[in-house]
Amino acid sequence: MENMLQFDIDAFWIILTGTLVAVSASLLGVFLILRKMSMIGDAISHAVLPGIVIAFLLTNSSSQIPMIIGASLVGVLATFLIESLHRKSKLQTDASIGIIFTFLFAVGIILVSQYTGQVDLDQECVLYGEIAFVPLDRWVTASGIDLGPRNIWTLGACCLAIIATIIIGYKGLYLTTFDQTFAASLGISTVAWHYTLMTGVSLTTVVSFESVGAILVVAFLIVPASTAYLLTDDLKIMLILAALIGFLSVLSGYYVAVYLDASIAACMALMSGVFFAIAFLFSPGYGIAFKGRRAKMGLQKDYSQQL
Amino acid sequence: MIIQVENPALEVHDMTVSYDRRPVLWGVDFSIPKGHLTCVLGPNGSGKTTLIKAIMDLVPKNSGYAKIFDQDIDDVRDKVSYIPQRGSVDWDFPASVMDVVLMGRYKKNNIFNRISRTDRINAEIALEKVGMKAFAKRQISQLSGGQQQRVFIARALAQEAEFYLMDEPFAGVDAATENAILNLLKEMKDEGKTILLIHHDIQTAYDYFDWFVFLNTRLIASGPKETVFSEKTLSDTYGGKLSLLTTVGELLKEKKLPVRE
Repeated sequence: MENMLQFDIDAFWIILTGTLVAVSASLLGVFLILRKMSMIGDAISHAVLPGIVIAFLLTNSSSQIPMIIGASLVGVLATFLIESLHRKSKLQTDASIGIIFTFLFAVGIILVSQYTGQVDLDQECVLYGEIAFVPLDRWVTASGIDLGPRNIWTLGACCLAIIATIIIGYKGLYLTTFDQTFAASLGISTVAWHYTLMTGVSLTTVVSFESVGAILVVAFLIVPASTAYLLTDDLKIMLILAALIGFLSVLSGYYVAVYLDASIAACMALMSGVFFAIAFLFSPGYGIAFKGRRAKMGLQKDYSQQL
Repeated sequence: MIIQVENPALEVHDMTVSYDRRPVLWGVDFSIPKGHLTCVLGPNGSGKTTLIKAIMDLVPKNSGYAKIFDQDIDDVRDKVSYIPQRGSVDWDFPASVMDVVLMGRYKKNNIFNRISRTDRINAEIALEKVGMKAFAKRQISQLSGGQQQRVFIARALAQEAEFYLMDEPFAGVDAATENAILNLLKEMKDEGKTILLIHHDIQTAYDYFDWFVFLNTRLIASGPKETVFSEKTLSDTYGGKLSLLTTVGELLKEKKLPVRE
């Protein structure tokens, strides 16, 4: 209790880790919810599990580049399978998602339970992550220089890659999210943009699973973006707000966790839910608290137009 | 009756499209002239939207081809503008009117470039033409149906195309918008643009357009208004089931149109 507000270096690393996860996931989440594909984010985050475990078994290490790439590809493969199943079998998308991701997730769980003894990976860590351990896994160079937690570097690189992709590909993502048919009529490949986004989601899930786990990363993908959606009508502002809300959830979540002595990642996800609830109730545009006032303003506006 | 034209703006050759092995378009073969307002008429589910999508190569074809200005669609996309149905997008999307119209300036080869001054000027001119300049900064979620349609047309105008394919531009719009769009279409025709559109109201279609394509999975008729617009064509197209046909028959008599048997 007494050291709750004491800011130590481990707290800094944990908050930075959470922030990198939250910012990457929230930015991608904006496009996912606008494309009405939130459940795809959920699916990918679970489907990468077998990829992670297999890569773990092969390399016996957590931050090797081949492992990240391999596991990400499994995520993209999952979206491809979901779509093929939907197209070829007349199944609804939500049913295809349910089939593919639970199947891949189950394979992952079996692999984890089979090989728990052999690799440094346990079920709990995969499902819930352990952000408190992030500062312990240091990246120390051959000459003995401590470059800080290893996870920070992979997460940082991933976050930068996602920000860069969104800035460079802003027009393409905007157009293909708003109007697929029109984009296709211009000869722009909607498939390429779709898989660019899916690769981003996959990559983010893979690099964040160690810190927040396969389940809670979904909260970071969907909740801050949905909160931002309630607060603005401008895509650029929505992206900035989503990232900011992600950061605030991480920051406040950390201190809630310290106070309650509870899982840090869960408290961060919980706080994102709290921020969503606040926006839901008090958003100037959509919040239910101001509904009466808006109705009145609308009425006044109508009168003035008539005059 | 199918009247083919020389040097057509659009040539559709023996086109068949099916969804789940059920044909939606069957052996459709027609051509339309440059610089005309062509209207596609047909009952619900007769393949009108599919025809336009197949021309734009947005749905796979079982057979046949479409050529615009005697070229494959992929070679003329810069000259062709497609206006999808208004209901095909989510109007709660976080975008302003200007954002949507600017999308008309996006091209395959400038998708990674920044939006230029020329793009903005063109978008503003397009908005002015549809009478929506004052709404440039308005959120699209706040627009009425008619205003949404005007925004879609402005986006197409910003493309500065030669050939326009419009899917139900008059669906669910107010009378003022209908008039505004119609005047705009006439203006475009006078500038030599070619327009192919889908319309659902037979009675106004006769007054508004000069070339007709009657469709009911198969092509029923295609040609200039005076030649193909008849009670026989209408009953062949609509299957004689609609009570509307009687009214159309009366309408045709009233206007002393030649009724072909």
